[in-house]
Amino acid sequence: MSNSKHFIVGVFEDEDVVMHAIEELRGAGVKIHEVFSPYPIHGIDDVLGIKKSRLPKAAFMFGITGTACALIMMIWMLGFDWPMNIGGKNNIPLPDFIPITFEITVLFSAFGMVGTFLTASNLFPWSKPVIFDERVTDDKFVMAIDLSKNKNSKEELAQLLSLNGASEVNEKEI
Amino acid sequence: MHISSHVRPDLVKGGKTFHDVTQDISRHVESAPNKRWLMAFSISLLLLSYGLYNLYKTFWFGVGMWGLNKTVGWAWDITNFVWWVGIGHAGTLISAILLLFRQKWRTSINRSAEAMTIFAVLCAASFIFGHMGRPWLAYWPLPLPNAFGSLWVNFNSPLVWDVFAISTYLSVSLVFWYLGMVPDLATIRDRATNKISKIVYGTLAFGWTGGAKDWSRYEAVSLILAGLSTPLVLSVHTIVSMDFATSLVPGWHTTIFPPYFVAGAIFSGFAMVLTLMLVTRVVYKLEDYITLEHVETMNKIIILTGSIVGVAYITEFFIAWYSGVEYESYAFINRATGPYWWAYWSMMTCNVISPQLFWIRKLRRNIAATFVISIIVNIGMWFERFVIIVTSLHRDYLPSSWAMYAPTSVEIGYYIFSFGLFFTLFFLFAKFLPVVNMAEVKAILNSSQKHQQKAYFKSTDKAHV
Repeated sequence: MSNSKHFIVGVFEDEDVVMHAIEELRGAGVKIHEVFSPYPIHGIDDVLGIKKSRLPKAAFMFGITGTACALIMMIWMLGFDWPMNIGGKNNIPLPDFIPITFEITVLFSAFGMVGTFLTASNLFPWSKPVIFDERVTDDKFVMAIDLSKNKNSKEELAQLLSLNGASEVNEKEI
Repeated sequence: MHISSHVRPDLVKGGKTFHDVTQDISRHVESAPNKRWLMAFSISLLLLSYGLYNLYKTFWFGVGMWGLNKTVGWAWDITNFVWWVGIGHAGTLISAILLLFRQKWRTSINRSAEAMTIFAVLCAASFIFGHMGRPWLAYWPLPLPNAFGSLWVNFNSPLVWDVFAISTYLSVSLVFWYLGMVPDLATIRDRATNKISKIVYGTLAFGWTGGAKDWSRYEAVSLILAGLSTPLVLSVHTIVSMDFATSLVPGWHTTIFPPYFVAGAIFSGFAMVLTLMLVTRVVYKLEDYITLEHVETMNKIIILTGSIVGVAYITEFFIAWYSGVEYESYAFINRATGPYWWAYWSMMTCNVISPQLFWIRKLRRNIAATFVISIIVNIGMWFERFVIIVTSLHRDYLPSSWAMYAPTSVEIGYYIFSFGLFFTLFFLFAKFLPVVNMAEVKAILNSSQKHQQKAYFKSTDKAHV
């Protein structure tokens, strides 16, 4: 295949070793495609240079959209579209609107944020994952390096990986 | 980097490696169902089908099949509804509030507690449909245009708030639960050997790869979902309590209800989690994951919430006298000494006295005692709702309309339906999905793989990262 990519895949046994290896390789000017792990490694974002997720901001925006929708809906329905005399009370009783406004805020925020996350990370039932090593969801930490994006030769990269603690170094064509 | 305390005991016992965790949890999904599971599952299916027959009777002939009368218009239906919703509070509490408080012991129980939450809320919802009388008009509480049959709904009504609260709670809990399961489903996908499970778990795993970027987003999402679920879970039972508290019925019309209901919900939810986990732990040999420390910690929460509930009962009684409102005073004296005295005193014994036994450390760490008390607590919590609902209603302002209430077989059958539904769903979950959050447990493992790290750093003479 002409458009296939070649990867060098380093397999590590421990999170601290892989963290150290990331620092060393990035220090040596190697561009790392991605690091895979069975669980989230704390502090890996800084070491890999991953920018802070903007999902919290998205959640907030979806949340205030929900707040606005809920208030507009209730104020319009009970206040303007069909005002009803309920025990002689105000047609727009704001304190009574608090529970539903809160629930809809949470609903919009949660679904909006999760939807954004799934879209951003392309997580859908039909998604075909690119798996560099199947053991990554079990107990291994895997570093994938795209050969075409690095000047170093295959051998140099393999040596760098095993020098920094990789227990296995494989080649993978995607 | 994982930093672990040297003082506290390990959260997971048995010196597990990451692979052991995968193996211990996944093998239950991968192996064929065993005899015990099949038997338990058949019993719950039996309960479910008997229940469905009673559901059919209720829907076909109407709520006249129940023991309700003009005075007691809410009884077992709402009792069961509130009971199940209350049980459905522990899962989100464990996974959301304990996540915010960085209580890492939650990792081995949060998955099944959340599953339990979802199933319990479904059971609760079934009583709402049943008690509507005309369940085919169940869409009426939704704010639909007038052409659909009713006017705009009355947004002043706590019953409408409830519709929004319960449905938001159910859907957000479902998302939280499922999202937490995606990495584990990927584990099972990658281990699958036959084609069907490869396809099924491949679809369910949403193409998860465990990349650092995805984990970073995943963590951000989990934290915010926890932040959103925390007030959500507190709001749900607050709103349920307002169904009563905003009315003018003596015994219901009390401002103490919201916090008292929330504490009661957590109390019964934890009891149900304990009942289920103590069984799952033995059947699935998860003693290393759900340790005695877990049981003890949960029992401490039971003491706390049980005491809050106890104080609330006494406060209610005191205020009924102190307020000088004779109707309120009568409602409470009638609870304790009237024809339903046995319900009141069952509630008091089960909820106030029995959890106090957990002050004794030996009992707190005793599996059999915990199991028995967890069931007693849930019996007590059922009686609490029964007492609040039925004894407040059955003797109202007019002695001529005083009445007694007893459930019919159809009502009991409806309750059995909810158990059938709950256990059927729980057993399906326990068989086909990972019961413990493997990814989170791996993250808190007390570095059983540290020897490899040490060996590496020693051999290369590098400073510790």
